[in-house]
Amino acid sequence: MSDDNHIDEPQETSEGAAGSKLFQDLTGLGVDWRSALLVPALAILTALIVGVFVIAFTDLEALRLWGSDPGAAWSKTWGSISGGYKALFVGSFGSLRAVSETMVGATPLILGGLSVAIGFRAGLFNIGTEGQMLMGGMVAIWVGVTFQLPIFLHLPLALIGAAIGGGVWGAVPGLLRAKTGAHEVITTIMLNLIAFNLVVYLLKSGIFQAEGRDDPISEAVAVSARFPRLFGFLDDSQVRVTAGIIFAVLIAWLIYWLLFKSTLGFEFRAVGMNPHGAHYAGMNVVFLYTAVMAVAGALGGLAGADQILSILYRGSPGFSAGIGFDAIALALLGRSHPAGVVAAGVLFGALRSGGQVMQVETDLSIDLILVVQALIVVFIAAPALIKAIYRVRTGRAAEQLTTGWGA
Amino acid sequence: MTAIPETQKHVYSPAELRRARYLGITYIVLALFVLWFFAVGSVGEGDSTLKLVKPTDRFKNFPNLVLPAAIFSFVVAAVFASLGAVQLTRGFKRLGNVVLAIVLLLFVFSFLTWAAAGKSFSFVGMMQETVKRSIPIALGAMSGVLSERVAVINIAIEGQLLGGAFVAAVVGSAINPWVGVVAATLTGVVLGWVLAVMAIRYRVDQIIVGVVINLFVLGLTSFMTQRILNDNPQFNGSEVFKSIEIPLLADIPFFGAVLFKQNIFVYATFVLVAVLTYGLFNTKWGLRSRAVGEHPKAADTLGINVYGYRYLNTLLGGAIAGFGGAYFIQGSVGQFDENMTNGRGFIGLAAMIFGRWHPVGALSAALVFGFAESLSGKLSILQTPIPSEFLGMAPYIVTIIVVAGLVGKARPPAADGQPYIKE
Repeated sequence: MSDDNHIDEPQETSEGAAGSKLFQDLTGLGVDWRSALLVPALAILTALIVGVFVIAFTDLEALRLWGSDPGAAWSKTWGSISGGYKALFVGSFGSLRAVSETMVGATPLILGGLSVAIGFRAGLFNIGTEGQMLMGGMVAIWVGVTFQLPIFLHLPLALIGAAIGGGVWGAVPGLLRAKTGAHEVITTIMLNLIAFNLVVYLLKSGIFQAEGRDDPISEAVAVSARFPRLFGFLDDSQVRVTAGIIFAVLIAWLIYWLLFKSTLGFEFRAVGMNPHGAHYAGMNVVFLYTAVMAVAGALGGLAGADQILSILYRGSPGFSAGIGFDAIALALLGRSHPAGVVAAGVLFGALRSGGQVMQVETDLSIDLILVVQALIVVFIAAPALIKAIYRVRTGRAAEQLTTGWGA
Repeated sequence: MTAIPETQKHVYSPAELRRARYLGITYIVLALFVLWFFAVGSVGEGDSTLKLVKPTDRFKNFPNLVLPAAIFSFVVAAVFASLGAVQLTRGFKRLGNVVLAIVLLLFVFSFLTWAAAGKSFSFVGMMQETVKRSIPIALGAMSGVLSERVAVINIAIEGQLLGGAFVAAVVGSAINPWVGVVAATLTGVVLGWVLAVMAIRYRVDQIIVGVVINLFVLGLTSFMTQRILNDNPQFNGSEVFKSIEIPLLADIPFFGAVLFKQNIFVYATFVLVAVLTYGLFNTKWGLRSRAVGEHPKAADTLGINVYGYRYLNTLLGGAIAGFGGAYFIQGSVGQFDENMTNGRGFIGLAAMIFGRWHPVGALSAALVFGFAESLSGKLSILQTPIPSEFLGMAPYIVTIIVVAGLVGKARPPAADGQPYIKE
């Protein structure tokens, strides 16, 4: 969480309070260090502590023992808690393989998190990352399976294809929102469900289905379309981290530039602050809503492409694996800032990777991670809770990131 | 929308005119579609037999609905074409949505006769299934209607259903199914309370709270299923409520089987819809609730307790969704499965918008979704050439078309989603 220190620079507050707030929001430096670092840190800590209670109160055997033999009950409960958290830590940072797995997990999460974050910046709630991942991933599979090209052409082509596939899928709710007022929360949820069905259908169709298979599964993409492994020279098949993580960080930087250094990004944020104001300032709101959702969709598509080109190599139903939903929590944790998203992506990647080890080594299922993630977001979204628990100042109050149906 | 001067005659806004034109074009396109696929496609396939009674019904000799598949679809295509022509030239004025509903109904029938051409299938069974499947969607939508009428957006319906289902399974197996239903309802209340506190007291973005509640409930119930239920099957096997036949009414051919031979959840849903409709539009509580949702400041000025009403309705909504969660257990399979609600809460949300924040509208929309679900189940039996995935998508595509304004722009409560800060 400490590598994003350029978002906690102190603010010049020479202007009036309201003007300064607007300035901060528009430049993307709109968070003081408390809400950028202190609140997230305490939120993560609190969520992990609540996780302890979840583990303790779901251990039926230990709960029964409390009556007869508290000592044994305590040691059993303590055993599963410490075993679980140790596995979580060792599985995420304990070895080169663990760190590699963390990065493998972080890559699509970062790209997906950027997809949700850019939506938030424009006042749109993109729940559709999951579907955009699926559509982008399918294009990546198609490119990866169909063509025979050298890697410096094949991989970029697959990525561009994925960005276009996801981008088109994402642009639809943006256009509908701008033109008809259909709320993006509903349309993106529906498009997720449609994408899921469509993927199953496509994977069973002649274009995608692997030869000799009856189940919905695709051929493996050509080696030239895959992200190369970073530690391929070690010849250790367990260290799976690929160049995808570098690509994701580059894309995060690009999105930072787009949002905070380009005119288009300024307009995205302006429309997010106040669509009516943006309209009267002469901005084309229909274009901006469509464009921002297209960019969000393209990022989602890239997340799906990474899932295929770095990890799975072939498509199967629901290969997006819920990353699009985790991305929502992640974008909130990262304050919808690209640097924050990268940091949060690494954290969530660590939770995923550690959670898998925890699931294998202890009797705790990886679903515990979902609980922890949900709690992190609650505490981030409601800093008043953190304030009440720890008696600290938390910076700004709760924020409104989304708009209701009628807006 | 541009301001239009009020005159004696109703003047159509550009948006309305555009919509009328789209509808007309849609009818013509549907006519061509029916003509090409359903009518031409079923020439020479014979009659389709839709069974209207079950062999166990009292009047089991009631005749079946036998339609000559090709001729029926040709007629439907002709009707669509003429409706489209009228829509494009004169318009249907106030009857526009009625015509749209008739068109959709005929389209579905034309599709069914095509799918069942030369065969017979149990239409009554499909409709019975439709009602069953629409229940959790309708209850979820009702939860949304209640909280959104007081301007609290409830995305957490999915979590309330899933949490209710989990508790219903555990308590229903450990104690008894009725206690399970009560416990599920209370679970919904607790989740509604979390939403209410976060939204009203802490003024957290309501859509985000909802998403988080869904995530939390999904994680917690899946975790506990793996940790507790899988090793302790005695906590995951509740008794399922049997259907109750309403005397006399259950003997009516077709409608008896569809509406009056169902389990308690179905009847409870119908009663709830009636009660909520009456309550929202004919009682003091309803008037005040709607005032709080439309203009909280004005309501506050008149001495209405804005926060109180928001808490009350969000909790009541939670109770209804929690009760809907119990449907998955006591009303259906008796066992909890990870993520068993599988997006029904989100469909409920769509049904609420589709039904324009009105209980009857929400129930109707839920029935449409329930129909789509049971249809895709039945069609795999009829072996139509349409892949089941496309049928699975159909209700979601319809939802998008609907929220994009095909049935006219639905207007949510004016203050929906906005926190209220009392001065």
